[in-house]
Amino acid sequence: MNLTRRQALAFGGAAVTVTLIPFKGAFASEVGDAAIAAFTGGATVSEGGIDLTTPEIAENGNTVPIAVSAPGAVSIMIIADKNPNAGVATFHFGAMAEPMAATRIRLAGTQNVVAIAKMADGSFKQTAHAVKVTIGGCGG
Amino acid sequence: MISRRDFLQATVAASAIYGASGVGNWAKLAAQQALTQDQLLDFNAMGNVTLIHITDIHAQLKPIWFREPEINLGVGSATGLPPHVTGADFLKMFNMTSGTPEAYALTYQDFSAIAKTYGKMGGLDRCATVINSIRAERPEALLLDGGDTWQGSYTAQMTAGQDMVDVMNALKPDAMTSHWEFTLGIDRVNEIVETLDFPFLGANIFDNEWNERAYEPYKIFDRNGVKIAVIGQAFPYLPIANPKWMFPGLSFGVRQDNMAELVDEVRAKGTDLVVLLSHNGFDVDRKLASNVDGIDVILTGHTHDALPEPVMVGKTMLIASGSNGKFVTRLDLDVQNGQIMGFSHKLIPIFSDVITPDADVASLIDNHRAPHLDKLTEVIGKTDSLLYRRGNFNGTWDDLICNALIDEREADIALSPGFRWGASLLPGDDITREDIFNATGMSYPNAYRSEMTGELIHTILEDVADNLFNTDPYYQQGGDMVRVGGMGYSIDVSKPIGSRLTNMTLLKTGEAIDPAKTYTVAGWASVNEGTEGPPIWDVIESYLKRKGTVTIDPNQSVKVSGI
Repeated sequence: MNLTRRQALAFGGAAVTVTLIPFKGAFASEVGDAAIAAFTGGATVSEGGIDLTTPEIAENGNTVPIAVSAPGAVSIMIIADKNPNAGVATFHFGAMAEPMAATRIRLAGTQNVVAIAKMADGSFKQTAHAVKVTIGGCGG
Repeated sequence: MISRRDFLQATVAASAIYGASGVGNWAKLAAQQALTQDQLLDFNAMGNVTLIHITDIHAQLKPIWFREPEINLGVGSATGLPPHVTGADFLKMFNMTSGTPEAYALTYQDFSAIAKTYGKMGGLDRCATVINSIRAERPEALLLDGGDTWQGSYTAQMTAGQDMVDVMNALKPDAMTSHWEFTLGIDRVNEIVETLDFPFLGANIFDNEWNERAYEPYKIFDRNGVKIAVIGQAFPYLPIANPKWMFPGLSFGVRQDNMAELVDEVRAKGTDLVVLLSHNGFDVDRKLASNVDGIDVILTGHTHDALPEPVMVGKTMLIASGSNGKFVTRLDLDVQNGQIMGFSHKLIPIFSDVITPDADVASLIDNHRAPHLDKLTEVIGKTDSLLYRRGNFNGTWDDLICNALIDEREADIALSPGFRWGASLLPGDDITREDIFNATGMSYPNAYRSEMTGELIHTILEDVADNLFNTDPYYQQGGDMVRVGGMGYSIDVSKPIGSRLTNMTLLKTGEAIDPAKTYTVAGWASVNEGTEGPPIWDVIESYLKRKGTVTIDPNQSVKVSGI
C-alpha cells in the first residue's frame, strides 16, 4: 500500500501508519511461537494464573501501557505476536520481589499481547489479550 | 425477532425487584388522544431515593425534531436485544401503537407526518420544568448529567460551551461525566470545571505520564439517610475517536478492573446504593454490568438510546434516557439495608408544546441566543426531504453533506463521520444556519481534500465498521458507520474485520473501486492536528446557496447483510 503521510493525516492521524501494517498471519505467529519456545524450552504451558492488564483499543500504538503480575513467578516474558520482533521484554524477579511489572510497548497493528510466566517449580503459565490498533476518528 | 415475553424475561421480570415503568401511562395517554403536562409528569412515587437522568443533550437548548434510528443493529450476544430494536419491532416489544405520541418520540415510522401532530421535543427550559416539578415533590432527588452537554450547536460553538454551562448550572446538577466536552480542549475543560458547583466525574480518566487520576472518580451523597455513591465514567475511547491532541496527557479506556476496585472501595465506605453515571455506550455498559458485581444502577449514555423500561443485567438496572433533551428519566428506588427493594421508572418525553417552559431558564437561554439571533435564524436553503442522521448507515442529512463535499470540493468520494448527534428537519422546512450547526457544530470541522487509493478507502471503512460491529462490546466505539457519498458498497455485518465490505462501486461511473487506483476524497472531522480546508458549515452553506432547495432521494447505495 502506498500511503503517504498526507493521506494518513487526512483521515486518521499517526495511528494509521501502524494500523496499515497488514496482519502477517502465520509468519508472525511463528515468530511469537519461536520466542515462547526459546523461553520455555518447549515445556507445556498452561492457561491462566497471570493478571495481564492491557487496553482493549490502544490510544497510541507506539506506546501501549501494559501491566502484568503472576504470584509465584520467577520470570515473566511479554510477547507481541505480530511485531517484527515478537519478544518485547522479559522480567526476572528475585526471591524478595513481588512478581509484577508495568511498562509501555509498541504494537505494529492489532495483535495479541501474551504474557508467559515461569513459576518457581519450573512450570509455565500464559495469558493473552487482544489489543486493537485502530484508525479511529469516527466515534460518537 | 425477540418476543415481548422473552424480552421481559431478559429484563425486569427476571429480577427479584418489584417495580413498574411508565409504559402503561403512555398507552393510556394514547387512548385519550390528549397530552397534558400533568399526565407527562404523572408518576407513581415510591421509596426513599429519586434519580433524575439526562444525557447527550449536545447543546440543544431549544426544542428540535429528532428522528430515532431505523437501523440500529446489535451483533453477537446483543443481537435483537434492546436498544437494537427499532420501528414496528420496538412498538411491539413495548406494547405501543403506531401513530401515538410514544411511537413518535421513540421510533422513526411516518416521522414527518406524526411530527407535525405532536410538535418538536426537548428544550432545556421544558426539561427545567420537569426537573423542578420532581424536586418539588422529592427535594432530595439527584440530578445526574451523563455528558455530551457542551457541544453541538452554533451558540455552543461560539461561546466554547459557556451557554450550556450557564444553563445547566441553572438546573443544578449533582454530578456530570463527559465525552465531547474534551473537544473544547483540555485548558477550556479545566477552566469550566473550576467554576462548577458539582463534580465533573471521570473514574477512567488518567494522567498519561504518572497514571494518576485526573478528575474525581466518584462522589458519595447522603440523601434521606441513604448513602449513594455516584461513580462517573467518561467515554472510554476519547483519544481514538476524537482528536487526542486537544487533550494531550490524558488516557481513558474502559478499565473494567479499575471500576471493580472503585465499586469495592465505595461499598467499603458503607454506601447503600452504587450508581454508575456512564458515557460508555449501552452495549459496553451491558458487558460491564455482567462482569463487575455491585453496581445497582447504570445511567447509560453515548449511544443515544431511549428505552421506556430499564434493562436488567443480573442485579444491575440499565437506564437509557435518549439524547438531545428529548427525554428526562425519573427513577424512584426503595433502598433498604443496602438493597433495592422496589422501583418506579419513567422515561418522561419532553413534548415541547405540552410542557410549559420554566420562565427563568427560558430567559437565560434567550439571553444567550440574543447576540447571535441574526446569524442563527438566517435562512440558507430549504429542504423538500426529511433530513435526519441517526441510524447505522447513511442518513439524509449526511447524504446532503456528502453531496456538498463532492460538489464544492470537486471530489469523487465523500466521507462524513457517523456521529449520533444532529437534529432532524421536516420536508418543507427552511434550513437555517442554526440547523446546519446542529448537524456539524464542533471544534475540528475542517473539510479536507485528499488522494486515497481504493485499498486505503477499503481499510478505513473496514476499520470503522469494526468499531461498530465487533462482537465484543469493549471494542465498539459507539458511533455509527462513516457515511459515504459517491460510492456504494455491500456490508456483511457478521463477518470479521477485513472482510465485511465488498462491491465498492464508484457511483458516477458504475465501475468497481480499484484497490490500486487513486481517488479524490473529501471529508471532514479528521482527528489529526493541522487538517486543512474550510469548515464544513461553510461548505454546506455555499452548496445550499447555489442549490436553493434540496431533495435527497432515499439512499440505495449501501447493501446490508449478515443481520
